[in-house]
Amino acid sequence: MKYFLRRVAFYLFTAWAAITLNFFIPRMLPGDPVHSLINKFQGRLSTDAIKSLYVLFGLDKHTTIWQDYITYWQNLLHGDLGISFTYFPTPVSEILAQALPWTLALVGFSTIIGFVLGTLAGIGLGWRRGTWADNLLPIANFFSAIPYFWLGLIAISALAVTVQVFPASGGYDPATVPGWSWEFISGAIYHGTLPALTIIISSISGWILGMRNMMVTVSSEDYVTVAQAKGLPERKVMFGYAARNAVLPSISGFALSLGFIVGGTLVAEMVFSYPGIGYMLFQAIGSKDYPLMQGAFLVVTISVLVASMIADFVYAFLDPRTRVEG
Amino acid sequence: MSVQADPIALTDAASATVQPGGGSTGVRRKRRSLGLLRNRKALIGLIILAVFLVLAVIGPWIAPYDPNAVTRLSLEPPSAAHWLGTTNTGQDILSQLLVGTRGVMVVGLLAGILATFISVVVGVTAGFVGGLGDELLSLLSNVFLIIPALPLIIIVAALVPSAGGLTIALIIAATGWAWGSRVLRAQTLSLRKRDFVEAARANGEPMWRIIFFEIMPNLTAIIASGFIGTAIFAILSEVTLAFIGVTSISAWNWGTVLFWAQSSQALVLGAWWWFVPAGLCIAAVGTALTLINFGIDEFVNPRLRNTAASAGILRKKRIRARIGFTPVYRGAPSAAETRDALTTADALTPTDQEVGA
Amino acid sequence: MTITEPTITRTATTKKPVLEIRDLSVDYGYDDDAVHALKNVNLTLGAGEILGLAGESGCGKSTLAYAATRLLPPPGVITGGEVLFTSSRDGHGGDLLRMSDRELRAQRWRDTAIVFQGSMNSLNPVYKIGKQLMDGIRAHEKMPAHAMRARAADLLSMVGISKDRLDSYPHQLSGGMRQRVMIAMALALEPEVVIMDEPTTALDVVMQRQIVEQIMDLKRDLGFSVIFITHDVSLLLELADRIAIMYAGNIVEDAASSEVYHQPRHPYTAGLLHSFPPLHGPRRELGGIPGSPPDLMALPSGCNFHPRCPFAFDACPKIDPALGPTLYGDAEPHRSVACLLHDPAVGPGRLPDELAARPAG
Repeated sequence: MKYFLRRVAFYLFTAWAAITLNFFIPRMLPGDPVHSLINKFQGRLSTDAIKSLYVLFGLDKHTTIWQDYITYWQNLLHGDLGISFTYFPTPVSEILAQALPWTLALVGFSTIIGFVLGTLAGIGLGWRRGTWADNLLPIANFFSAIPYFWLGLIAISALAVTVQVFPASGGYDPATVPGWSWEFISGAIYHGTLPALTIIISSISGWILGMRNMMVTVSSEDYVTVAQAKGLPERKVMFGYAARNAVLPSISGFALSLGFIVGGTLVAEMVFSYPGIGYMLFQAIGSKDYPLMQGAFLVVTISVLVASMIADFVYAFLDPRTRVEG
Repeated sequence: MSVQADPIALTDAASATVQPGGGSTGVRRKRRSLGLLRNRKALIGLIILAVFLVLAVIGPWIAPYDPNAVTRLSLEPPSAAHWLGTTNTGQDILSQLLVGTRGVMVVGLLAGILATFISVVVGVTAGFVGGLGDELLSLLSNVFLIIPALPLIIIVAALVPSAGGLTIALIIAATGWAWGSRVLRAQTLSLRKRDFVEAARANGEPMWRIIFFEIMPNLTAIIASGFIGTAIFAILSEVTLAFIGVTSISAWNWGTVLFWAQSSQALVLGAWWWFVPAGLCIAAVGTALTLINFGIDEFVNPRLRNTAASAGILRKKRIRARIGFTPVYRGAPSAAETRDALTTADALTPTDQEVGA
Repeated sequence: MTITEPTITRTATTKKPVLEIRDLSVDYGYDDDAVHALKNVNLTLGAGEILGLAGESGCGKSTLAYAATRLLPPPGVITGGEVLFTSSRDGHGGDLLRMSDRELRAQRWRDTAIVFQGSMNSLNPVYKIGKQLMDGIRAHEKMPAHAMRARAADLLSMVGISKDRLDSYPHQLSGGMRQRVMIAMALALEPEVVIMDEPTTALDVVMQRQIVEQIMDLKRDLGFSVIFITHDVSLLLELADRIAIMYAGNIVEDAASSEVYHQPRHPYTAGLLHSFPPLHGPRRELGGIPGSPPDLMALPSGCNFHPRCPFAFDACPKIDPALGPTLYGDAEPHRSVACLLHDPAVGPGRLPDELAARPAG
């Protein structure tokens, strides 16, 4: 129980730190570009909207930073992240609320598939080290060094342009109406296949290599030898003793590297014009839409924190040592 | 672990002496002096990296054309005049890549150095001071580790007008130091409890002396691998930023090439020569750096090294080395093996003893 | 040359053999640089016997135990010999080095079980004790779940642990308890041979005492044979029927434990005895052995012990002695020694006083 409380406290603290960082970054950097953009929309913005943008970017010289900080939190708790310039005058929160499910579905699904497949492959390679299977390692190594977005480009050019198997962009069939209809969902799956494949292929090698090395290390632990001495079936030793322990650091590694992976997948969304947070971020960069960028950062960070927390709890479930003692 | 079972301890001890040298023959001594270079992976990695470093220096001079020069040769596939073809505005892609190498390498190395510096300061301090200081510094690095770096870099870079190479390197370093610091902290913690550090403390050596002369030398491999890890992260981030158009699109690097390729519909036009080479360059540098890191890993962790070093012999002798089923190898009838067989059969004769030793 | 050929060894045991190790050779490493960790080692364990295996660390005693059961981790490789198990109950058995994986799995734990050194890492940290006791049984015997659990509970109470510990995880037990669990686990299938690799090393003296007594009691009740590995010769003198002393990958002396204590025949054995205070009888001067254990990478020529041996003579650096009869020959039929002092062909023909205590018979 103590472990859970500690972890929850850590994630709350990190969330606070990220939100506060988000508050301070615009204040530490020159505010002119934002100012000029707000002026551009001056006549069309309500006073409330202007006020929240001023708080967000610290442009009002009459208020103290502390007052700003309080108002920033108040706005945040009311879901007010400012107004988007790109999709003027839609509030940022609305845009992100629409984009988030796409990102969660794509990134969540493909990251977990990548992790599971990579871990399984790593178990096999680590257990059978010194056989032909070792020849796969350099290939995995090469793939782990490829940036997601470039693999995405190659995938599009090969499977969407040259051989037209998959659509090159978008998240669903534009002829369907978003909803829980079979047409829409199957279209979404069809559109999501290529981005998902890209993410799986580029993330899988990291898990393979990491898990393989953990298997090699854990295999020389005494309890694995004991399991062999007991004459247990091979599968039991491999999965119940070696892999069961080797996967633990892999899961905590998963929790910690989620932020990095999600960063990469956001870029993959940009390549595929996939209607998730990453693509919104891309749009925001193009039109210097600062409120949308800030909002995207917050939403991505909070999602990553929640996902890491879940991974941490899975870890605690798998490792009795964390459950009993803090 | 090495304290536990006798065979394992002996294995580690034996391999530690077998591999980096320590034997009496001249061959072994030579191997020792080569150190890391003896590792095939590391060697390949270092060679590839060296090629790109040289290109980073001489790239702008050997580039056949001005990368910005617009010509009428639009979207030419690779030819003798333009080895990697041209863009839609007739710019020479090879020249763009050659000129862009410097930007990629400089930012990668700079960010790597800065981030490594921060991670050493934070990690070693946290591990060494312990207590509340450790708690706070660990918290700090965990927070930085878990906050997604790329969106953070994007908002910072987007808010800084005309972010140049140095700014980008600074931003990347500020977000990419946490992993290294975590590893260094763990290692420092375990070193702190070792006998030689305890002894130095008991002798009343000053703290800075203990850190720099007792602890740091034992961290070199980890610092080196941390540096390489952050350099990979920095290069990928930088190229990504350029690709999505956050950083200046007029300063050439591989990401900029890809940015123009993507925004000029190179994919739809089937101009593979525009986007394939740049990606291959990134992958090559990334692979080179990971190979070096594997080399360091195997150099440091004897368990990984053993498998790598002996894989060839195992395959040749058809031995399957595995946990729990010690292979029985009774020798093969080839010449070299016959000698081995003799050695084992007559191990008690003085001459063979000398051969074996 | 006048070297004694490595012929069939004289077995020091007077009992029916259950485990015979013949000419066992082991290398660490696979290429020409491989370390020869064991060289043609011969050892026989008699039924119901406690055989002690002693020597300084790195002498190969654990290597011998793990190689004989084929549990030696990479880069260990067995380069020759045979390990014959013969059941004293129904006569089944065979050469462990020629068994298939399947046969070996079936043989393990049912016929030969091991209590590992360092109980800290011997238990899987993520499984409950009960599960770990039961999976060993399940792999070899078919029985209903409740019967298996009852059996596991019996095993625990046999080593003095309450049965509600079945649902504990290893980290919830003390070091002594974990070691008892390991012993209980090894006895789960009533094996005929139990190999114990320094089972008491990590424990405090009181706990050591208790565990050793427990092992003796269990052995009396269940009648298994034991190979007990330790660097603590004084412990063996008390507990073992017979002691084999190892040095640099060879067995240098093999004799009944009282003979080893009262009439050591090898200079190394004598040296080892001098590094421990005697348990009974008059106190003698504690000496220890000068020099350090040999580096297996660069072994001295001839007899590996000669640089440290107080009685070395001119033949010692040239000839590597094989395990053979003592100088008293047939007067001591059940003991053997590997020392040139005992070789009438090259040796001086008489033993230094320290090694010359007359056989009792």
